[in-house]
Amino acid sequence: MEWFLANSPMVFERAGQHLVLALVPMVLGLLISIPLAQFSRRHSALRQLVATVSSLLYTIPSLALFIILPPLLGTRILDPLNVIVALTIYAVALLVRAAMDAFDSVDDDLRQAAVAMGYKPAARFLQIDLPLSLPVMFAGLRVVSVSNISLVSVAALLGVGNLGMLFTDGLQRNFVTEVVVGIIAILLLAVVMDALLVILERVLTPWTRAGSVKPDAHAQSGAAFIADAKVHAGAGS
Amino acid sequence: MAEAMIEFQSVTKQYQSGQPAVDQLSMSIDRGSITVFVGPSGCGKTTSLRMINRMVEPTSGTITVGGRDVTSVPAAELRRSMGYVMQSSGLMPHRSVVDNIATVPRLNGVPKADARKRAEELLDVVGLAPSLGKRYPSQLSGGQQQRVGVARALAADPPVLLMDEPFSAVDPVVRDELQQELLRLQRDLAKTIVFVTHDIDEATVLGDKVAVFAVGGKLAQYATPEEILRAPANEFVASFVGRDRGFRHLAFTTADGVAVHPVDAVTRGGDARANADDWRLVVDDQQRPLGWEGPGLDSQLIPGGSLFRPGDTLRRALDAALSSPSGLGVAVDGDGKVAGVVKGAEVLAVIESARQVRQGAL
Repeated sequence: MEWFLANSPMVFERAGQHLVLALVPMVLGLLISIPLAQFSRRHSALRQLVATVSSLLYTIPSLALFIILPPLLGTRILDPLNVIVALTIYAVALLVRAAMDAFDSVDDDLRQAAVAMGYKPAARFLQIDLPLSLPVMFAGLRVVSVSNISLVSVAALLGVGNLGMLFTDGLQRNFVTEVVVGIIAILLLAVVMDALLVILERVLTPWTRAGSVKPDAHAQSGAAFIADAKVHAGAGS
Repeated sequence: MAEAMIEFQSVTKQYQSGQPAVDQLSMSIDRGSITVFVGPSGCGKTTSLRMINRMVEPTSGTITVGGRDVTSVPAAELRRSMGYVMQSSGLMPHRSVVDNIATVPRLNGVPKADARKRAEELLDVVGLAPSLGKRYPSQLSGGQQQRVGVARALAADPPVLLMDEPFSAVDPVVRDELQQELLRLQRDLAKTIVFVTHDIDEATVLGDKVAVFAVGGKLAQYATPEEILRAPANEFVASFVGRDRGFRHLAFTTADGVAVHPVDAVTRGGDARANADDWRLVVDDQQRPLGWEGPGLDSQLIPGGSLFRPGDTLRRALDAALSSPSGLGVAVDGDGKVAGVVKGAEVLAVIESARQVRQGAL
């Protein structure tokens, strides 16, 4: 605790770096995955291919990716861009499947209804498909958030600044306290991010908690008409 | 003679395999009327409906609406000029009821405030309380959702309404309400409505004209419901219309000729029994019927049958007699007070003489 208090500015700086390295790839991954999923889910062969390739991508060890990327991108080994690109690849690998599932979760009758009302394709996608896919999409985002926050720490082995450096530094100096602070800080970061995503989902999808029909709802509709209908029902054959 | 609003000219829809979904359909739909497409599943009725707003494109043939070939208008614009109501209400779960109703005006560029105001008026038109406007669709009953679906279809005041089995997923009592409500709306609005159903009863209740489709997408008969019940064009139509068609057909003749006999009604628990061997009609203090007391049953009240009202049809008259425990159909006046009773045998006699008159006219 004393060590943490004495070094808190450093820990907070590392946490800030950690957050940027985890969040930027998540947002980039989302921006890439949505159009990719929307396009490929409509062609069954392409869909298979995308699903298979995304699984394979996720199996590449992160350390290997951090080392392969610099020569490919022409970056220095210490460049945070390597981490951003690598984690974006992992984010896409997870999110493209989540996004395909999310768009599949939208009731096709609603798409039909939107078409029948005269929506053009782009407006329909933005105003109908996208908002209605949010609940499933957020489930995918929460997995990516945790996965990225955990993977960022590996980049500390290469010397890219983040909370993982508390592990490397603590191990080198054989100083357990620093390692423990690093673990707690990463855990807290993951929990806080997850909570923020849950709150964001709740704000963006108020209809999912609207509940279903109230028992007395029927009685509230036009009373005159109900009376009229009873007459018909009573006299009907 | 009614003017044509929608015309099918030799329209065929052929999917890759098998027989055509719609086969050489030619028909003319009258402006301001309800035309019902009815038939078993796989008969092409829904495909035909969806070709009107180009949800499905015909393989050959042309469809005109208001004299214009539908393919000459951009599809999205064409669809906004027609209301569309579907079986699953098709309401957007992430939008409030008012915003759902306002959808098409918003697509047409109407400012949000104006579109919402119009939507609130429409809630009233379809018989829903204004307080429901802020709810989400999932917070409404099935019947209420279908009403919102109708309101949404009416929002841009389109001349044409396309309705694809809109009432088939609600329970029978609610369906009856919705049918009567649609007829009431249509009296004020006089839209050109094309209505798809697989229920011949619904078709005969709603349709000014009924188009019966046979499997393979062929139009088997296109006529008034009265004519389809009285004179089915062929064996297929006769079997589709069903075995009760004789009874249903009575719904097209008013029962003006049926005599209403006076009846002595008793109030509940009131009068001493003058004649305990007979059925007695029990009324409340407003002279409205409550039920019957039977011979030898003491004062046990047996619920009455259906009621016969002024202007009702022969079908209602006969049903009133058949459904009454005493065999006497209770006739009431416009205020619901007992006017007398009708007798089944006399209703049958009126039916028989109406048949002879019709035969004489042929």
